Amino acid sequence: MTENRMMVRVQIMGESYEVPEGSTIIMAMEYAGYQLKRGIGCREGFCGACATLYREKNDYKIKGGLACQTVVNDGMVIAQIPFVPAEKPVYDINELTPDINTIKAIFPTVFRCVACNTCTKACPQDIEVMDYIQALKRGNIERAADLSFDCIRCGLCALRCPAEIVQYNAAILAQRLYGKYLSKKNPQLDKRVKEIEDGKYIEEINELMDMDREKLTETYYNREIKIS
Amino acid sequence: MYPDYMLESIKKVEETRPGRLEKSKKYGKEVFPHMTDKERGEVLSKFHPDYKEGARKEVRVGPNKGEILTTEISDLLESYSRINPKDFNLDKIDYETDVLVIGAGSAGMASALVAAKNGSNVLIVTKLRLGDSNSMMAEGGIQAADQRDDSPTMHYLDVIGGGHFDNKPELVHALVSDGPESIKWLEELGVIFDKNPDGSMLVKSGGGTSRNRMHSCRDYTGAGICRVLRDEVYNLPDKIKYIEYSPVVELILDDNGQAVGAVIYHLETKQYSIIKAKSIIMSTGGFGRLHIRGFETTNHYGATADGIILGYRVGAKLLFMDSVQYHPTGAVYPEQIVGFLCTEKIRALGAQPVNADGELFVYAMEPRDVEASAFIRECTEWKNGITTPSGLCGIWLDSPLIDQIEGQGTIDKNLPGMVRQFGRFDIDIRKYPMLVYPTLHYQNGGIEINDKCETNIPGLYVAGETSGGVHGRNRLMGNSQLDLIVFGRRAGLNASKRANNGVKIGKLSLEHIYDYEKEVADLDINRKKIAPILLPDYIPEHVKQKQITAEYFGTLI
Repeated sequence: MTENRMMVRVQIMGESYEVPEGSTIIMAMEYAGYQLKRGIGCREGFCGACATLYREKNDYKIKGGLACQTVVNDGMVIAQIPFVPAEKPVYDINELTPDINTIKAIFPTVFRCVACNTCTKACPQDIEVMDYIQALKRGNIERAADLSFDCIRCGLCALRCPAEIVQYNAAILAQRLYGKYLSKKNPQLDKRVKEIEDGKYIEEINELMDMDREKLTETYYNREIKIS
Repeated sequence: MYPDYMLESIKKVEETRPGRLEKSKKYGKEVFPHMTDKERGEVLSKFHPDYKEGARKEVRVGPNKGEILTTEISDLLESYSRINPKDFNLDKIDYETDVLVIGAGSAGMASALVAAKNGSNVLIVTKLRLGDSNSMMAEGGIQAADQRDDSPTMHYLDVIGGGHFDNKPELVHALVSDGPESIKWLEELGVIFDKNPDGSMLVKSGGGTSRNRMHSCRDYTGAGICRVLRDEVYNLPDKIKYIEYSPVVELILDDNGQAVGAVIYHLETKQYSIIKAKSIIMSTGGFGRLHIRGFETTNHYGATADGIILGYRVGAKLLFMDSVQYHPTGAVYPEQIVGFLCTEKIRALGAQPVNADGELFVYAMEPRDVEASAFIRECTEWKNGITTPSGLCGIWLDSPLIDQIEGQGTIDKNLPGMVRQFGRFDIDIRKYPMLVYPTLHYQNGGIEINDKCETNIPGLYVAGETSGGVHGRNRLMGNSQLDLIVFGRRAGLNASKRANNGVKIGKLSLEHIYDYEKEVADLDINRKKIAPILLPDYIPEHVKQKQITAEYFGTLI
């Protein structure tokens, strides 16, 4: 971002700044002089640290987005969310059953969902949040895990929810239940673990470890490649 | 959307696509010849950024004194501490724990879980939040030799060949042998891996691998793993405590030279606190935010090489810190996402790299350093790249080919993160190729460890990207995710065992800072040069000129 490009005027936490056109909210704040500590993380849309509320010129709506992925425009009013004080119930995943009873016990608020779809509208990942909450209400863990898979836990859904549900924490529970209990298991994995425990490959690997560089190079370049 | 002149070049890509598709259906990924040992050597020495003039220089202080390291690392090591030992009363301990974990990415959290399970009390301290790490951002996959036609032996060969045979053999042995068990451990914690309908793992190949062994969680693999580890840490509040927004700024030794504690600094309240521990696990991640050689990076905001600095100051030896990984496919357009990761899985699924004329110019699955060097050659010497409006150059990664090879819907199902990332800027990667160029991605080297994650400093363990030796001078894709779990778990177990065995801790000391700083001062280095820098500095110069009373200690924090 260089100084000789077109500038736009934005408000950061109520203060007015001129920043380069095309900046993301993070870039705009740094350009304005902020050394960010909260509301910033991976800067690539994968960590959920930079949930931000903003309003655009001549619009009354307060929208949500990720500061690292949202481009500023002239007249935008920006407020970053430093922390989401949402409840995170503690559980032992080994003691749970992958069904509706677990959801009832750990996330009873899920059943308060009024299907208003505010969470889905708030999601910067375009996840069907309401649909996965509805799936959890029906005890459909698989569907909830699938629909919520791309959640990065920015917290915007929970902050906007009128029924006080912490959707993203319910999502990780659904994902873990599915991964641990419901996904089809793969006997080949167990077999290989056992083979390694039994020392099946030790001799072969030791042989490679003992090779001089020349022989190892030759073995490497002559190895059979079987990929698809 | 792409400007018109780029769309002209895309037309050429579309013209060559049917021919390339036909070839691909016939030969799979083998549509362009692999490089020989000699060809790899040539393209690396001529085009890899590590070999450019000024890329490396001698470090003049500390345990690796006299060795040639990456310039930015040598410079950073020749710096002062943010604290003065005389300001600290080490008889007054703020936190005491069995195992101290520094950094909360996947390696740190995996180590914490294992140490807790082994009966130790664990304290995690981290610069930002739990899970804020490069681990969380990994997209493509995690390697493990669990398939029928594969073996840990083949995996070993791929890893050590990819690392140019420099890797520490015992570490490669540990990496490949713990692979399948690590996948099992993750699945039992509730990680969801991509599978075929019969329950078998859906595996793809990565650059430089001889078998399909890349397991994935869509293109959110790092997040798919890291978020589960974090949830489990949250679920063990009695055994694992954590402190966020509190980077370590120095390690504490005792009078026997053991690592026995750390000084943390709270980024917001600016208080320093003293931690005493029986064992310490360093898992602070890598160095992308140093922007080595001016490159953009795929790395997390906090990736500023802190662990390297802290370990080096107490005498820990570094290995392969002369080598930097540039990921071949970083985004070049649009400008808002320059340097962002375009996962290797895109090529694993069949996308081909092509130049401005839509021509193939390299085998798509060379090891990363070789592939990246070939991209740089195409853009510089051979001038077949595409220049963006802001003056950057890139080559096309022909993503629409994926759905044509693997069937409609493959991109949506396997690359939702990528579709979303480019979609936010009106580029549909199902229809249009992605413009890419190498981006700073990974710290190949680090603090030297053995297969128990021990260093030459008793009590100091290292796991993950901060460690050196596992990957030699070039890591292959998917092996870092495996590294985090394998060595995170080993560090956790060994650090916990040491703590459980009863460590005799002597008198706590920060004297090593004086010794180190004396070496730095002898070089006439400006007293204002401070490390670790903790966060990168992106404040523009015209603002800095007005920050008349602000103090920059590394950065403005």
